[in-house]
Amino acid sequence: MPSDSGSECGKYWVEWFTCSEGNEYFCDVDEEYILDRFNLTNLQTEVHYYRDAMDLITDQVNERPMSNEAREQVELSAKHLYGLIHARYIITMRGLAKMVDKYKRGDFGKCPRVFCNNNPLLPVGLTDVPNQKMVKLYCSRCEDIYNPKSRRHSMIDGAYFGTSFPHMLFQTYPSLKPAQTEQRYVPRIFGFKLHAAAELHRWQDEQRELQKKRLGIASNGGGNNN
Amino acid sequence: MAGPDHPAAAAATATHHAADHADHALHSPDAHSGLEHSDESDFDDEPYASDESASLTWISWFCSLKGHEYFCEVPDSFIEDEFNLTGLSQSVNYYVEALDTILDIEDDANEPQFPEEIEAIDSSAEILYGLIHARYILTRQGLDQMADKYENADFGTCPRVCCAGSPVVPCGRVDLPERDSVKLFCPSCSDIYAPPSTRYHKIDGAYFGTTFPHMFFQTFPALVPDEPISPYTPRIYGFAISERSRAGPRMQWLRMLPDPLPDHDDDGDDGDAAAHSSDDQSFVEADDGAADELLPAATATATATGDDALTESMDVGTDRRRDYSSSAAAAAA
Repeated sequence: MPSDSGSECGKYWVEWFTCSEGNEYFCDVDEEYILDRFNLTNLQTEVHYYRDAMDLITDQVNERPMSNEAREQVELSAKHLYGLIHARYIITMRGLAKMVDKYKRGDFGKCPRVFCNNNPLLPVGLTDVPNQKMVKLYCSRCEDIYNPKSRRHSMIDGAYFGTSFPHMLFQTYPSLKPAQTEQRYVPRIFGFKLHAAAELHRWQDEQRELQKKRLGIASNGGGNNN
Repeated sequence: MAGPDHPAAAAATATHHAADHADHALHSPDAHSGLEHSDESDFDDEPYASDESASLTWISWFCSLKGHEYFCEVPDSFIEDEFNLTGLSQSVNYYVEALDTILDIEDDANEPQFPEEIEAIDSSAEILYGLIHARYILTRQGLDQMADKYENADFGTCPRVCCAGSPVVPCGRVDLPERDSVKLFCPSCSDIYAPPSTRYHKIDGAYFGTTFPHMFFQTFPALVPDEPISPYTPRIYGFAISERSRAGPRMQWLRMLPDPLPDHDDDGDDGDAAAHSSDDQSFVEADDGAADELLPAATATATATGDDALTESMDVGTDRRRDYSSSAAAAAA
């Protein structure tokens, strides 16, 4: 299991996969989770060579001889299948716990926005359908999404993380959500604010105050006023 | 573009380069076309300097260094005008020597003696050039040069997904040197970001200044990208998260844009209101595109009616409806 052989990359397929370059965003999915057929419902139709890919992921020795081409295909399918299982796994309690560790370590990078003060990011998909949109990164401080800095990360399918993951994480661990700042960038020319920008900022501040007022009433019981 | 004024200076340029910048010339063998010297042929016969390194001015060399891609080349004529340098002599050490370095003027009498001194002059020259650069890019000619770089996306693109790769411009957070590194201003979201590559983290923000991006877009309003796509809405299983949730959205004000100002004629109101009411029922079967087309119009009308409280509640309602409609469409797909 992962904790036993964490030092050795490549002993198991899953370990090899999560250790290889460009796959830093993935966490290792527990073997029990993969072996539970219920968790894989409907994935057969999504992945070609499903059985072979499954054998590869779970390190079942396959005696059947295979051409190089087929091996490559199976390899690709295995990565795809692992990604789709990963998307389901990381919104379970155990998966979330693993991703929280990665989040705290800053494995997903820092928010590029200056006023977010290097807040750690979380991966997110824009759609749950595979092969549509690449992975994006969600910043919990400004609640916006950004493109990954490095090319090798921006080529990962967003469906391997799913649209729900970061929000599920903060619903489960609300204390991890950083304090929001009202700091923002104010454009200035020779020290003077710009009229259009200042007007927009006043309007946005008004919206923020209105929301606070709405929530102030709603959250009196909960005491979670921001 | 003015070259050195007299042949002596030109000759000095050549030797200076041969001595100091022969190694740097390797990094950029092609001289920048913008700053070619008319008297280049004069020192063709220099035995120890190749054509390229001789024709490369300090400014071209500096701008071609790795990590200096954000800089544009300031013409000598701008630097030679003392008026443009007002006040800089107080903020830079070795001001005279640094200025000579930038303009490739070699004075044998004041040849620096110690390596530490040479190093200090080199770093002063960098600061001085940066501060001159910050002033130059606010002039018409400088803005034009930066506009070319902007259109080439030399400064990179906005990392924010909803800005859809809008080009950015460099910007400082303070006008004093050695305080903060350069940041990138995105005209689409009016926000500033750290440059993606660490090699830009060493570049001083004061070399671009706080004013430049805004002066730039005031001068070229056509370069501001069109309105960005609608901001990101956090969803779980397709359902938008309620703002009443403890970890619910709190920062949406930051990216909110008011609806277009009420410049429609009054006649349009009834039609739009009808569209709005019909939209109430349409959230289940409406497809994404149609719903998005319809909703901004509806909210715009609400503003036009002028009832602020009503507008507010409608805005929220519309936003939610949009969430549901697109998630319903996603589920149907």
